[in-house]
Amino acid sequence: MPVITLSIDDELVSGRADESLLQVIREHGITLPTLCHMEGLSERGGCRLCIVEVEGAARPLPACTTPAREGMVVRTDTERLRRYRRMIVELMLAERNHYCAVCVSIGNCELQRVAAALGVDHVRYEYLSPRLSMDLSHDRFGIDHNRCILCTRCVRVCDEVEGVHTWDISGRGVRSRIIADLNHPWGTSDSCTSCGKCVQVCPTGALFTKGVVVGEMVKDPGMLLRVLEGREKKEWAG
Amino acid sequence: MNRKRGGKVRLATVWLGGCSGCHMSFLDLDERLIELAGQAELVFSPFIDTKEFPAGVDVALVEGAVNNRANLAMAETIRARSRSVVSLGDCAVTGNVTSMRNILPVAATLAPFGGTGEAPFRFDYAAVPELLPRALPLHQVIAVDGFVPGCPPDPDRIWTAIGCLLRGEPVQLPEEMRSFG
Repeated sequence: MPVITLSIDDELVSGRADESLLQVIREHGITLPTLCHMEGLSERGGCRLCIVEVEGAARPLPACTTPAREGMVVRTDTERLRRYRRMIVELMLAERNHYCAVCVSIGNCELQRVAAALGVDHVRYEYLSPRLSMDLSHDRFGIDHNRCILCTRCVRVCDEVEGVHTWDISGRGVRSRIIADLNHPWGTSDSCTSCGKCVQVCPTGALFTKGVVVGEMVKDPGMLLRVLEGREKKEWAG
Repeated sequence: MNRKRGGKVRLATVWLGGCSGCHMSFLDLDERLIELAGQAELVFSPFIDTKEFPAGVDVALVEGAVNNRANLAMAETIRARSRSVVSLGDCAVTGNVTSMRNILPVAATLAPFGGTGEAPFRFDYAAVPELLPRALPLHQVIAVDGFVPGCPPDPDRIWTAIGCLLRGEPVQLPEEMRSFG
């Protein structure tokens, strides 16, 4: 794959022509916040936290879905980007009911970590306080829509890695909800293999193992790459 | 900071719609309270027997969401009489547990207690402050100068924030002290 050269934060860096801006940026040690991105899954560009400024582009672009190109001039950390990223996280916190103090994932939550890193110490928007449900119909797992940020990691891991596509999204905008099969209780799903990959990749307390209490839901972010690497090496073949 | 009365900061701590956990965490400052007492005079607090929020307060640390009409009136008084108002803990900062009722109308919240029925079960709002339609973070009601998130914020967070305030600086917490919950 040809090597390309581009400028990131006034520094000339090189990357491969098939890489995304996010990959090149991270390879050069620059930290960009992400929530919907996960190594091993397709990119969605949904959370918009990895936005960067690219010279010639009228608006900020998500680095995860923008291909790196020869000669690009990219800025990753301007005042405008920092302001937008903070707004994004505040809007996420305002949209559903993230009562961190009583969440199974407190202390192990990517949304919580990103918010702290971006300097979000309060939310300037009105909380929508929607009345949302939990689905505890599955034997081993539960989904709490109050904590969901619609990153769709669960949808993608189920489709792309487990190959089942139990999860999908219904509705539009703030009415979007993660659904199992054709909006059936998770526990009655014919397609779910109960593999638990969706639970492990979920960045918040939305998907959890039954029986955990506040702060106990520790996820294993390395699980996905271990599964993919094992498959590559045919560790479980035969 | 313009210090009064022997160079001490006039400090108030207030308990609105919260569980007092933030105040318990404040007490967990332990021996640092002695150091604080050397620099600040506690002029209003649930810890001391004062009825009226005084004038000329330098720093007010406010715990709890604005949940009822008494909280609302107190919040406005605090703002009018304080130089610097700081939200202490998640209920003041986000609404937190106090605001978990916000998904329901007030009548539905009170229904299990018979408050909407006939006397003697009807609420006497002259004695019990009427609930607001929603429990609100403090900054949605009055202007707030600083935020100390946490449920409760641990004593180190509170001490860091107090350090900023005693120096007359805005509250700035490092990343690891900024998380909710």
